Amino acid sequence: MQPTTHAFPENARKALSDERLQKVLAIAPAGFVNRRKQAADRLPEFEDLRDQGRDLKNHVLANLDTYLEAFEGKVTEQGGHVHWCRTDQEARDAILGICRKVGAKTVTKGKSMISEEIGINDYLEANGLTPIETDLGEYIIQLRREPPSHIIAPAFHLSKADVEGTFRQAHTDLPADRVLDEPKVLIAEARQVLRRKFQQADVGITGANIMVAETGSTVIVTNEGNGDLTQILPRVHVVIATIDKVVPTLEDAALVLRLLARSATGQEASAYTTFSTGPRRPGDLDGPEEFHVVLLDNGRSALLGTEFQDVLRCIRCGACMNHCPVYGSVGGHAYGWVYPGPIGSVMQPALLGVKEAGHLPNASTFCGRCEAVCPMRIPLPKMMRHWREKEFEQNLQPAAMRRGLALWGWFARRPALYHAATRMAVRALGMLGRGTGRFARLPLAQGWTRHRDMPAPEGRTFQQMWAEKKAAEKKGTR
Amino acid sequence: MADTGSARAQILGGIRKALNSAEGSEEARQRLATHPRNLIPARAQRPHDEQVELFAAMATEVSATVELLGGMEDVPGAVADYLAGLNLPAELRVAPDAALDAIPWDRRPTLTVTKGRARDSDGASLTGAFAGVAETGTLMLLSGAERPTTLNFLPDTHIVVLKRGQIVGTMEDAWDRLRAAGGEGGANGALPRTVNFITGPSRTGDIEMRIELGAHGPRRLHILLVED
Repeated sequence: MQPTTHAFPENARKALSDERLQKVLAIAPAGFVNRRKQAADRLPEFEDLRDQGRDLKNHVLANLDTYLEAFEGKVTEQGGHVHWCRTDQEARDAILGICRKVGAKTVTKGKSMISEEIGINDYLEANGLTPIETDLGEYIIQLRREPPSHIIAPAFHLSKADVEGTFRQAHTDLPADRVLDEPKVLIAEARQVLRRKFQQADVGITGANIMVAETGSTVIVTNEGNGDLTQILPRVHVVIATIDKVVPTLEDAALVLRLLARSATGQEASAYTTFSTGPRRPGDLDGPEEFHVVLLDNGRSALLGTEFQDVLRCIRCGACMNHCPVYGSVGGHAYGWVYPGPIGSVMQPALLGVKEAGHLPNASTFCGRCEAVCPMRIPLPKMMRHWREKEFEQNLQPAAMRRGLALWGWFARRPALYHAATRMAVRALGMLGRGTGRFARLPLAQGWTRHRDMPAPEGRTFQQMWAEKKAAEKKGTR
Repeated sequence: MADTGSARAQILGGIRKALNSAEGSEEARQRLATHPRNLIPARAQRPHDEQVELFAAMATEVSATVELLGGMEDVPGAVADYLAGLNLPAELRVAPDAALDAIPWDRRPTLTVTKGRARDSDGASLTGAFAGVAETGTLMLLSGAERPTTLNFLPDTHIVVLKRGQIVGTMEDAWDRLRAAGGEGGANGALPRTVNFITGPSRTGDIEMRIELGAHGPRRLHILLVED
């Protein structure tokens, strides 16, 4: 998928004037927020579990080489294969190679953000294979040739009428006069159509929420059951996952699972949590004959030891975007690539470069809700600040902004002058705005006043009031 | 495969350089060997009778149905009545599981019972389970020669026979039981190919965030909770 992240301001403007999208955004994120809160409130240990989740992932990252090697050893011991891939291209080639080797034509897919990151569907299609998304939301957007707009609810931006239109266009072998007015009916139709695809598939590709080093297992967490049909019906099961998904033991997987479903959908547990270990065993009546894990780095290891290492703790629950006022205003597509919301604002500059994705860390109010709800306590706002610094270092901001910041910096380093200048500015603005108490227009501040009035300052600066308060307190204690 | 080898060496080499670790860590190897528990919520740490109650309550909350039975001899009648109550055909695909051999199917001759992996045409399946996890009302099912996984996903209706004594508090307790049973899987006590944790029937919220049951897997999950 070609990123349009550099066009975030235009994308965002378009999203803000898209009435249909705004209608969806007015309701949907709040649903996630409420359910997460209920689930968290119901488990008294939730905050302590978050601390442990953070510590666990820190431990994993500090010992990543050992755990990855242990994982690989166990997969191999059970007759599976691990394909180490440095880049998205290597991962695409590894998957295509597996498909070619077994003469695959149809490939079913469970939901996987990494498969979006490497653009596997387009690649398989270009090479003559037919990839079919089987998660309902992913299936809908694949038919519409759209990217996902949310990492756990990919068709989040669509209404049931949109889905009806899409199904009528795609499922032309079904009667044209059929009634498709309810989600229940739409789901039944998708189930029926996809059942045939599951049976046809030669290879099934899933992601992995977790990899367990102790046992060589990959874990998927789903609600529909499509990820399971994807891996047990075809002859070959391919798992695509990045190196940061490994945890040491089954006990550690249990810890992550307690945090994941609650943070994502507010469920106590997702309907299906499946541990897959190697290919089918002798005597088994079903299950895949081959098991492959495509283990992808794609820039993750380069984040180790940097100020961005903590982002590798992410378990992709989506809580940060559900709680983000910016995501809530513009939706996922405006972010222009695979990962939207606060996690996208930190990941996309790392994966695409600051030049392509530099707008994203600036598209933040720094309200801190993302960090407040992150099950892994990732300091997302701090990292966005780091990206802003990189952007500044690389001279990527507009000249006017750089000059303005340089001027402010000059004053800020001279506190006496700074206080005098702000006192004067406050007094002048206060006098000018005496009539209405606000400004409809101000020089150098059109970016603000175009959308709302600027209140006129009253009286003194914050610094003055603070100094007076301190002085008064001192007097009081005497 | 030379290319893969160099990718592996490069990825691991890059990680070691960033971590300043040459030989891997003893601490990590210890953790793998001893698999210590993390914080276990208090919710499921209670006497077994209460764990059974909690299991039933949590499973019901996620739209599974739970029926209490006095013994395995009651299973055929319960299944036949359950299917009839939903106007479903009296046909059942059953896991060829020795643990289910005690069910006297001939007591309900009207019920057509076949054994094996699930086929596309099967409307209802019956399987055993390895454990029930009280904390979340979750069933734990293992794959194996006698336990085809397709039975858990293809039919519209999935009926599970769970013995009271199989209910444990948490997922960690269930792992311990599995370890004690020798893994029941491949070599060296490995896990079975597939371990399914199932919490209620299949569902999706992908259309306008409304939860609907029966997306790709079973629309109904019926748990027969049998006295030991």
